[in-house]
Amino acid sequence: MSRLQFQKKDGPRISRRGLLLLGGQLGVVGVLGWRMRQLQVENSERYRLLAEENRINMRLIPPARGLIFDREGRALAVNRQNYRIVMIREQAGDPEEALDRLSRLIDIPEAQRARVLKEARQKSAFVPVTVAEHLNYAEFARVSANSPALPGIIPEVGLSRFYPEREATSHLVGYVGPVSERDLQEQEDPDPLLQIPRFQIGKTGVEKLDEGQLRGHAGLSRIEVNSVGRVMRELDRTEGTAGANLQLTIDLGLQNFALQRLAGQSAAAVVIDVQTGDLMAMASAPGFDPNLFVFGISSANWSGLLNDPYRPLSNKSVSGAYPPGSTFKMTVALAALADGVTNPNETVYCPGYMEVGNRRFHCWRRGGHGHMNMHDGLKHSCDVYFYEMARRVGIDKISHMANRLGIGVRHELPLPAISEGLTPTREWKQRTQNQAWLVGDSINAGIGQGYVLATPLQLAVMSARVATGRAVVPRLIRGVDSKLIPPEEAPDLGIDPRHLAAVRGGMNGVVNERHGTGWGSRIVDDAMAMAGKSGTSQVRQITAEERRMGVFRNEDLPWNRRDHALFVAYAPVKAPRYAVSVIVEHGGGGSSVAAPICRDLLLQALYKGPPPLSAYPASDREEIEQRRALEPEAPQARAPAQDRA
Amino acid sequence: MSFVPPPGSRIPSGPAKILYFHWGIAVLLAAVAGVGFLMLFSVAGGSLEPWSQRQMMRFGAGFTLMLVIAMVHIRFWRSMAIPAYLGSLALLVAVEFIGHVGMGAQRWINLGFFQLQPSEVMKIALVMVLARYYDWLDPEKVSRPLWVIPPIILTLLPMGLVLMQPDLGTALLLGIGAAVVMFLAGVSLWYFGTAALGACAVVFTVMTSQGTEWQLLKDYQFRRISTFLDPSSDPLGAGYHITQSTIAMGSGGLTGRGFMQGTQSRLNFLPEKHTDFIFTTLSEEFGFVGSVSLLGLYTLLIALGTLSALTNRDRFGSLLTGGITATFFLYFAINMAMVMGLAPVVGVPLPLVSYGGSAMLVLMGAFGLLQSAHVHKPR
Repeated sequence: MSRLQFQKKDGPRISRRGLLLLGGQLGVVGVLGWRMRQLQVENSERYRLLAEENRINMRLIPPARGLIFDREGRALAVNRQNYRIVMIREQAGDPEEALDRLSRLIDIPEAQRARVLKEARQKSAFVPVTVAEHLNYAEFARVSANSPALPGIIPEVGLSRFYPEREATSHLVGYVGPVSERDLQEQEDPDPLLQIPRFQIGKTGVEKLDEGQLRGHAGLSRIEVNSVGRVMRELDRTEGTAGANLQLTIDLGLQNFALQRLAGQSAAAVVIDVQTGDLMAMASAPGFDPNLFVFGISSANWSGLLNDPYRPLSNKSVSGAYPPGSTFKMTVALAALADGVTNPNETVYCPGYMEVGNRRFHCWRRGGHGHMNMHDGLKHSCDVYFYEMARRVGIDKISHMANRLGIGVRHELPLPAISEGLTPTREWKQRTQNQAWLVGDSINAGIGQGYVLATPLQLAVMSARVATGRAVVPRLIRGVDSKLIPPEEAPDLGIDPRHLAAVRGGMNGVVNERHGTGWGSRIVDDAMAMAGKSGTSQVRQITAEERRMGVFRNEDLPWNRRDHALFVAYAPVKAPRYAVSVIVEHGGGGSSVAAPICRDLLLQALYKGPPPLSAYPASDREEIEQRRALEPEAPQARAPAQDRA
Repeated sequence: MSFVPPPGSRIPSGPAKILYFHWGIAVLLAAVAGVGFLMLFSVAGGSLEPWSQRQMMRFGAGFTLMLVIAMVHIRFWRSMAIPAYLGSLALLVAVEFIGHVGMGAQRWINLGFFQLQPSEVMKIALVMVLARYYDWLDPEKVSRPLWVIPPIILTLLPMGLVLMQPDLGTALLLGIGAAVVMFLAGVSLWYFGTAALGACAVVFTVMTSQGTEWQLLKDYQFRRISTFLDPSSDPLGAGYHITQSTIAMGSGGLTGRGFMQGTQSRLNFLPEKHTDFIFTTLSEEFGFVGSVSLLGLYTLLIALGTLSALTNRDRFGSLLTGGITATFFLYFAINMAMVMGLAPVVGVPLPLVSYGGSAMLVLMGAFGLLQSAHVHKPR
């Protein structure tokens, strides 16, 4: 067969080519095998990681924020249930219809409805969209009860911050708010919690400064998701830890009382426990409602707060720096005694003014006080006596003493914008103003005017330190998670006890001796008697023109040019327990406006509630009784200034 | 009465043919298909529905088809080569008019009980007709230019029609399959060299045509090519398939994540996990060991096929066997290269494993022809 012969002849040729082909194919197989090895053996760990990243999402579980209490355990900041309604589109069917059904039960404004529909369209069908928040319980219950008829509409309970005391502690506790871009930039390594939508962090006050303790640590839930992000199951879960509860040193009753007493004024008051440094009350009036900020404040409310001349957003007790006026005189007296340039019995003659070079410095009492020793100088608040002391001792030693007493130094508290005040020195003036210090500057500083600035907190600390002779340090946090922090024993200031006794005697004279500037505000109960010092600080220079025209009555000036009224005090005189400072901005005379507030605060603190009428001078009792009958009462009219001590 | 013919007897006849059947290849086919059932069961989340069971029935039908075809004498199939080619060509033309659009290409004709892809049938018909041609042609003449032209025309006609669908992957498979048969038939290597150069020229022309008025490929085809060259350029778009499938394979590691434990496929990160990308599921769940094992099965199949071709003195049978083996090789090699990121995504299924009726029946039919050639080869 010729055909077969052909094939035989042809055979080897096909074989060779066939083997060549097989070889080529095996080569390709080799490449495929090499690639498998490369993917699955050499780089498998990298790919395993990528697959896990595909599959596993971490979901943070926000911790419950720590609560804030006053010293008696009364709530100042709590987490309140936030009733809200969410919708899941894939269960709801047509979102429009679902919202129609829902709007028969609760009110859904048109704008909100449009937002929800837009959000529902944009997000995946299984992602819950918030329909309504902050419902009251009745609305929430209505929706819950009807939930079988509302597929895809889910009532949820979340937590949101609430401040039950509203204005009373607004400056101390502060408030929380949604995380802003700036909050994120401020932190070097932002907690991933901050990325959670609707997460809230402290914006001011203790809420901000103790954010680290209050926030707690996030829990972590590892969830498996599919390619479109649907949660398939939870793989595991680590519970977070709730934030620590903070107990403040503030006594809510006293704090409320202080704000009531300051109502209607732009004012601040600080009450401090002289033994422990606990700040019993720290009031700044007017306050604001921190709850407004929690879910975004309306622009009308915001500009209202911002433009109020009484500056409700500012915590004046630590941020307000004022010329301390005559409340600075104890510092000057102690500086002079420590320097040995005088002794308590030396007298200075006050003719109503003092002349230095060709300048004349007036005493507040035009006719002069006559011969004044230290006790009388303080009692009558004689300016000339302290002009002379300041001239003798010089500014640097005064400022040094002020610093020892807590003025011009920063007191660390978990509060924002703490002012340092200002205790000037020669070097300071040269550095900042490029001018030499003048004797006149020292003389002004002698009565707490000129460059000297102090905050109400610093004045309260100064009073406490004078009262005890110890370096009392103020504190605001009394305990964390119901564990009390023991107060530290304040070290001795190292001031000669005889000097302190002389100054305290003067302060006692101010209040408890007839003709003292604070006599009208004395406490009659001997065991509770207070010692103090008034101050009236000028916010303007009295011009030569004004002098020529005669004495200007403070109340004739526009409000923002009137004098500040100040008073500092401690009580009881025999065994000091509390020190207090009060400043009423542009309030007029310290002894007439600020002293009664100081007395009332001390009595309230000492009696832990309203004191008996017998504690007040007989002449005042009727008025006090009337005021109590009216409580809680409308702001008092601003008392007219009667003296300028 | 003995069915066993004595050695040296020419060609078995009657039921005795079953003894000359290439059982090695049959067993390997069943093993590969078995892997397919297992994987389809896995990607369905541990369920016979909707793929695994139907795939088993199709394999059953396909295996029967193979047996039937194998029983028929190879002479008959030789005589059927030209009608099969012409019929397939007619179907390819018909699909232009009555075809169903799927995946952006016109490919299917709905025959009621199943959807026929004429291009699949053409792959085998082309091999048949070329084998028939070289069987007829005097081997002395195979390299003469005049005699090289007819097979080229026979190849270009269906290639052109498939390109119009447009299905670049299948067109390339047709061309390479034809080239393999011509290579085996003994066509001078010069032609292949020239063709390779020509192909380079065509590729260059095609690539430069992008964005011009005479653009030769569809936009999506250009995208596939550029995505293949750099999958990370568009990881969530067109490069998604390649990126996710390499992640799936790589994460399988040496021994895999366990049957039905593959997160990439179970969580739908893998595209077309039951068809073109089914190999990634296997790799993810059974690891390097699993993928190399399947590759081994396939390699054994082509080795046995090639051996059968080499030992067949019947020129038609030999060329047909070689051509079918090569086509089968191209299927799995291109599919694997594609899912491993070595070739562009061209839409070639993994033979006998990917879910799909048309390809399964055509392949089993082709192996029927191969078996027929084996059974009826001159001994």
